[in-house]
Amino acid sequence: MKRYDVIVVGAGPAGLSAAIEAAKRGLKVIVFDENVKPGGQLFKQIHKFFGSKEHKAKIRGFKIGEDLLNEAEAAGVEVVLNAAVVGLYLDKEVVVQLNGEVNHFKGDAIIVATGASENMITFDGWTLPGVIGAGAAQTMMNLHHIRPGKKVLMLGTGNVGLVVSYQLMQSGCEVVALVDAAPRIGGYGVHAAKVARCGVPYYLSHTIIKAHGSDYVTGVTIGQVDANWNIVPGSEKEFEVDTICLAVGLSPMSQLLKMAGCDMAENPAKGGYVPTCNSYGETSIPGLFVAGDVSGIEEASSAMIEGRIAGVAAAHRLGFIDALELEEKSQELERALLSLREGMFSPENKGKEVKKTEEGYLVSSNLLTKGYLTAEEVLTYPGVTQSSGIHPVIECSQNIPCNPCQDACVKKCITIGEKITSLPVVDETASCTGCGMCVAACSGQSIFLVNEDVEDGTTAVTIPYEFLPLPEKGTKGIALDRSGAEICQAEIVEIKNVRAFDRTSLLTMKVPLEMGMKARFFKCVQEV
Amino acid sequence: MSKINDRSRDLGDYIPGADDEMIICRCEEITKGEIRRAVHDGMFTLTEIRRYLRTSMGLCQGQTCGRLIKGIVAKELGISPLDLEPAMSRAPMRPIEMKVLANER
Repeated sequence: MKRYDVIVVGAGPAGLSAAIEAAKRGLKVIVFDENVKPGGQLFKQIHKFFGSKEHKAKIRGFKIGEDLLNEAEAAGVEVVLNAAVVGLYLDKEVVVQLNGEVNHFKGDAIIVATGASENMITFDGWTLPGVIGAGAAQTMMNLHHIRPGKKVLMLGTGNVGLVVSYQLMQSGCEVVALVDAAPRIGGYGVHAAKVARCGVPYYLSHTIIKAHGSDYVTGVTIGQVDANWNIVPGSEKEFEVDTICLAVGLSPMSQLLKMAGCDMAENPAKGGYVPTCNSYGETSIPGLFVAGDVSGIEEASSAMIEGRIAGVAAAHRLGFIDALELEEKSQELERALLSLREGMFSPENKGKEVKKTEEGYLVSSNLLTKGYLTAEEVLTYPGVTQSSGIHPVIECSQNIPCNPCQDACVKKCITIGEKITSLPVVDETASCTGCGMCVAACSGQSIFLVNEDVEDGTTAVTIPYEFLPLPEKGTKGIALDRSGAEICQAEIVEIKNVRAFDRTSLLTMKVPLEMGMKARFFKCVQEV
Repeated sequence: MSKINDRSRDLGDYIPGADDEMIICRCEEITKGEIRRAVHDGMFTLTEIRRYLRTSMGLCQGQTCGRLIKGIVAKELGISPLDLEPAMSRAPMRPIEMKVLANER
């Protein structure tokens, strides 16, 4: 039986981060992952991440995964793939299915970072081919380059449902609707808005009644639910689709910990059955740690920090570092973790309706039910000014942990301040050069440049654009408003795509003067 | 826990439901009706249901159906799903071929 200082189960964001911190402190670390590729869910994430600049904000998920792998390699971590851990015992014996054999390993410390699995819900026809998890759709698109379907209905408006809907459109699918049984959109408003402006309708307080088809999905019927979760008669709506995506939450994959004998508890706030653990992620079994979604459903940014904390704590548990170093390092990481857990989407606010931002601005109910801010509401937020000349318009209206925009502007037009959940404030007196760095830096694609002083009586609106093929300069098309409605003719006058934008293209379109604060997306019109 | 262990509880008659034919455990093809009837047969815990019906014993090892079954059993028992402990976790945690299982090093 081979012995290691630390055995990590799962090479996702939490597991790799834990392995890196332990290995950097001199521990011999091995990571097992059942998949062919390391990185867990990170390699499926093609969008830019939220968070603070120090913690990988505005970097795309797959790039964060590559960076973590390189960091792990440099730290001397051994990553073993195609290695399913099939058993974990009280005395920290790990049983691994590897190369057609069952192998036994012994770790002085174990860090379990197995992540989560997708929840399913049942309805008539839920077992038909074409009903898939949103995560599965993401795997097909972003890892295997297979389009999951042509016409898709998404159930679930949490961040997973919103992000995957957008990615489905990027891969060339038509998303016919986003449906959620809850009365409000669950994910970030900025994610909802970038889907809404493409013209996708939201059906809140609705659920799936039936998937149609005999051999595969050919359509779906949804209906409105009342306060008792019964279908309101006559509210049924039918869509022709070939794919139904379910984004109805995740469950921690904590079975190994139960097997090892950890104290476990059902914890709805953490998404399911999780081990009880201390602030270092150490379970009731000394030296057995957890990090990431397996200890409570969150997202990749916090999983990475939790992993680092567990890695440092494992080093202390085995005597590689003293209590002082543990305290210093973990407090620093703890602070970063807390900042990610602040704001409207904090664990304490889960399921609650927040009516005002921390600054006292009213939260838009339109954004929560239709996915977009109205033209009047937009004007009430501090990122929106109506100065003359080219200036940024930041349609950011919720306290979410994200601050890359304030560093993007060299002219210091944008301020968020110490607290990363604060709304960005645009300084009207600072002079905007129109460089577009803020537009590309916004992970929520909610920053636009507006110039109402174009001499010919038109307005130039610059939008972030992440679809292919890119229109060319001179392309004529239709401008869409925040709801995705067609509002006027538009012509592309400039396309910017520099390395610093990290594949977010900036389209500048010319629209009639009065449309400057309305036009927010561009639709190419096919040449006949 | 006491509520679950009280085997003398009267669950009332098994009333057939409109969606009893719906498959819940896809790997082992077990329907909602079979799970509901198993509760009335006296299977009150998820481990018992599993051994009685083979639910969650297939390829996915309960990853998909585990939570769904929990909800069905809890409803039948008239308790919160939070009061039902998940089924036993045992090795092998992942599906494994017999020839690999026998090839232990």
